[in-house]
Amino acid sequence: MSQFAINLLFVGASFALYIGIAIWARAGSTSEFYAAGRGVHPVTNGMATAADWMSAASFISMAGLIAFTGYDNSSFLMGWTGGYVLLALLLAPYLRKFGKFTVSEFIGDRFYSQTARIVAVVCLIVASTTYVIGQMTGVGVAFGRFLEVSNTAGLLIGACVVFAYAVFGGMKGVTYTQVAQYCVLITAYTIPAIFISLQLTGTPIPALGLFGEHAASGEPLLAKLDAIVTELGFAEYTAHHADTFNMVLFTLSLMIGTAGLPHVIMRFFTVPRVSDARWSAGWTLVFIALLYLTAPAVGAMARLNISELMWPNGGISGEAVTVQQIENEPEYDWMATWQKTGLLDWEDKNGDGKIQYYNDKNADLQAMAAEKGWEGNELTKFNRDILVLANPEIANLPSWVIGLVAAGGLAAALSTAAGLLLAISSAVSHDLIKGAINPNISEKGELLSARIAMAVAIAVATWLGLNPPGFAAQTVALAFGLAAASIFPALMMGIFSTKINNTGAVAGMLAGLTVTLIYIFLHKGWLFIPGTNSFTDADPLLGTVKSTSFGAIGAAVNFAVAYVVANMTKETPAEIKALVQSVRVPRGAGAAQDH
Amino acid sequence: MSENSSNAAYWSANVRIILISLVIWALVSFGFGILLRPALAGISVGGTDLGFWFAQQGSILVFLALIFFYAWKMNKLDAEHGVDEE
Repeated sequence: MSQFAINLLFVGASFALYIGIAIWARAGSTSEFYAAGRGVHPVTNGMATAADWMSAASFISMAGLIAFTGYDNSSFLMGWTGGYVLLALLLAPYLRKFGKFTVSEFIGDRFYSQTARIVAVVCLIVASTTYVIGQMTGVGVAFGRFLEVSNTAGLLIGACVVFAYAVFGGMKGVTYTQVAQYCVLITAYTIPAIFISLQLTGTPIPALGLFGEHAASGEPLLAKLDAIVTELGFAEYTAHHADTFNMVLFTLSLMIGTAGLPHVIMRFFTVPRVSDARWSAGWTLVFIALLYLTAPAVGAMARLNISELMWPNGGISGEAVTVQQIENEPEYDWMATWQKTGLLDWEDKNGDGKIQYYNDKNADLQAMAAEKGWEGNELTKFNRDILVLANPEIANLPSWVIGLVAAGGLAAALSTAAGLLLAISSAVSHDLIKGAINPNISEKGELLSARIAMAVAIAVATWLGLNPPGFAAQTVALAFGLAAASIFPALMMGIFSTKINNTGAVAGMLAGLTVTLIYIFLHKGWLFIPGTNSFTDADPLLGTVKSTSFGAIGAAVNFAVAYVVANMTKETPAEIKALVQSVRVPRGAGAAQDH
Repeated sequence: MSENSSNAAYWSANVRIILISLVIWALVSFGFGILLRPALAGISVGGTDLGFWFAQQGSILVFLALIFFYAWKMNKLDAEHGVDEE
């Protein structure tokens, strides 16, 4: 069977499974559509939340970003897991006690203001839509590869699949489907990693292999990797090169953003009790950690494999790989398949029949190149987002593993895209239309408007995904910045302070969202339209603060503005203070109520 | 004890646990993983140093421990203060 047929088989079988589950657990009422009737066990909920959370950014993109940068991109690992500590300690149990369906309902009730609710909805839609753009980038890469079409065609096909899939059911269908997706994606992520770790270090656990010994050379794996990449003129893998201030801000933005993302928070509304909400956050992180502890090993080992494949004759002092080898030898087949997607390319610039891969911006290597007659790096394109999907092929693993990874990548992208679309659609139909515009809308009308909102969101995201503002994980990082600056501070102040009133919260959210959005647009283009930016992340407006790191500053602005404005305006009424007190204690948490 | 003062005691105990947990949270990630990495450079772990391990593995493990500790501690505290769910 050809690789293409095997990929189709794995992807097809996994899809049949998800759709089967979605039909079996189809949402009947609005309450089921949004919150699965609260009958979900913490472990099940944790697994579904993990699938919901780990998107194309975690699965497809993150290890690639770590592979090509090394230590400096550890922010993704700490940021996207550390946020769960904030979520578990500062938000989840209280929001569950509050017992409504959506994040904006809490903000609307706690800040006794329809305006606050609508502002929260707007923040939520902006953050979620940006997030979906990142997902679509990943969906494009995955579909492009497995259908062997261009990235653009892959993106368009992927968009149709995501839409069809998300429209099927609400949260309940999605919850059980996501449990299945979690199982598929974690197997798909860890199996190749175990194989590769065994090949390189003889250790079956990749996280230990990363700090283990490179079997072929007897040196520690990371020391070996450092030696190889510096030889090729790249920055040392384990060393700290990034600006420390920006790295701290970036990590913090990802953490706060994690705790402010509506589709993740919504998950904690679906557990039966307050104490379950606390456990559920822990279980979610257990399932996430399985991937996150493996990802840095995947990145480092892939980088080592790629460097050795390009210099198969004893590193840069030997001869580079020949064009003939790339075209004919089976271990280089992956290069030809990925070339088709337009995300990988090479060019024999000096016509010597070999492909020299090195850092042509490095002065030492330029000197060496002049001596040897090289005319620049000939591995001209290596999109970071292809690394994880190409990894099993790079390591020459059996074809069923490659098929499995294709299915896993799609599961990751689809589950998150579906969760986000659900968050967007509930924000529009439940909070905006039913909550503000037309409270008397029928259940049917509400479900219909939810689906229309999904369609619009996916169309916008696909259009912007054609020219994404960055690699999948970078675009997703922007979404986190927006959530960090707008939603998280409002929720936290709503629970931990009785002082913050309606005007303060609204002013805070608007200020946080606006400054962050403007900062991002200044660097990434207005509405992410390419070419309309005035600054770049290489040379940012404020010192070393990149647009992906601004969320933490936006959150600080939000807190400060809310505090100052609340002090200048009318005090929070007594009944709202009583509401805050009741949210703080678990006793009396009943089932959620609709209006 | 009236319900209000009991709830206030419960809340301040909760806030204290949260603060301690967040200090540890920041110490392992921003501290050991980033800012204090040079100070830990002398402790070598598999071809690199302890700071690198904390940035890519250790912090995640500590986060896990923190969340489970908090859930366990709070469920106990709920019962002690009589605010658990019946």
